[in-house]
Order: sequence, then C-alpha cells, then structure tokens
Amino acid sequence: MTKAEIVETVYEKIGFSKKEAAEIVEMVFDTMKETLERGEKIKISGFGNFVVRQKRPRIGRNPQTGEEIEITARKVLTFKPSQILKMALNK
Amino acid sequence: MNKSDLVSMMEAKLKNLSRREVEMIIDTIFDQMTHALVTGDRIEIRGFGSFEVRVREPRKGRNPKTGSAVYVNTRKVPFFKVGKELKERVNETLGS
Repeated sequence: MTKAEIVETVYEKIGFSKKEAAEIVEMVFDTMKETLERGEKIKISGFGNFVVRQKRPRIGRNPQTGEEIEITARKVLTFKPSQILKMALNK
Repeated sequence: MNKSDLVSMMEAKLKNLSRREVEMIIDTIFDQMTHALVTGDRIEIRGFGSFEVRVREPRKGRNPKTGSAVYVNTRKVPFFKVGKELKERVNETLGS
C-alpha cells in the first residue's frame, strides 16, 4: 500500500476531489512529521505510538575491518504498535 | 500529541472542513493502514517510513513472575522502518 492508495480510499469514502484528498492526506503526514521533528511523541489510539528517543554516544565497530568507531549521540524515531493492532494481526 | 490533537491541528489548517470531516479522514487513514497490515500488505509512505508485518518464530519462554516455562506461539508483529527524510529531520534538532 502506498500513499496513493490511501488517497484513493479517502476520496471514495469521504468524497472530496482527488486533488483535495491528496492534499489532505499529504497534510496529515506532514503534520505528523513536524510534530516528531520537534521531539514530541504521537499517540494514535488503536494503531500505535511514535516516539523520538535520545540515544547516547556509544562505541561501535566496523564489521568489515574490526576498527572501533564512535557512534555519535542521536535522536531516533521508534514505533510502538498498540495492543489492538498486535491482536488484529494475530487473529 | 494524540489523535484528537492531530485532528485539531488539521482543523486549523483546513478551515473549510468540519471537525467531524477531519476526524473521518484521519480515522480512514489509520483504518486503511491497519487493514493493509492485517492482510499482510506492506505500507510505504514516502518521506515518512514503511510498515510491514514480521513473523516471530515460536519459542519457549518463561513466566517472569512464577518462573514456569511457557510456549510462545508463532506470532506476527508490525514493524516500522523510519524513512530517510524523517530520520534526518528527527535527528537534526539534536542538542536543542
């Protein structure tokens, strides 16, 4: 499934023009991206939580050469699926 | 931010739509995504990330409270991989 198919469903179910439906779907993901970019988490009940986590620097190793390198501190985005979504997958 | 906050933010951006309409759109999006995963389909949202279903093999586990051995069946779990653009945007605000 791609964004185009999500747009198609919104268009069929709610009945805007295709152009409007595409803009709205785009805007939903843009709004979510802006929120996560600020470091704020997003909780979508029934689907899951998107959480930005702060990672401390750590020592890693180049698996090819064995050379030790520092992996810098960074922020990463994680997704924690909701119990409802996990159950739906295993029905 | 929860779903209702997301609706409010969208409502502010889309002044020509009612709150009810915005709620329906957002519910439709996540319902469709859930449906795709339930049917085993992969979801790819360019610039955001992709979702897929991964199969966890059955294993012997233990009830951490009682210590008794339990069998954990094969199960499917949703997996999210953050897209390149969002990954970089999330990390850029480092130190703030």
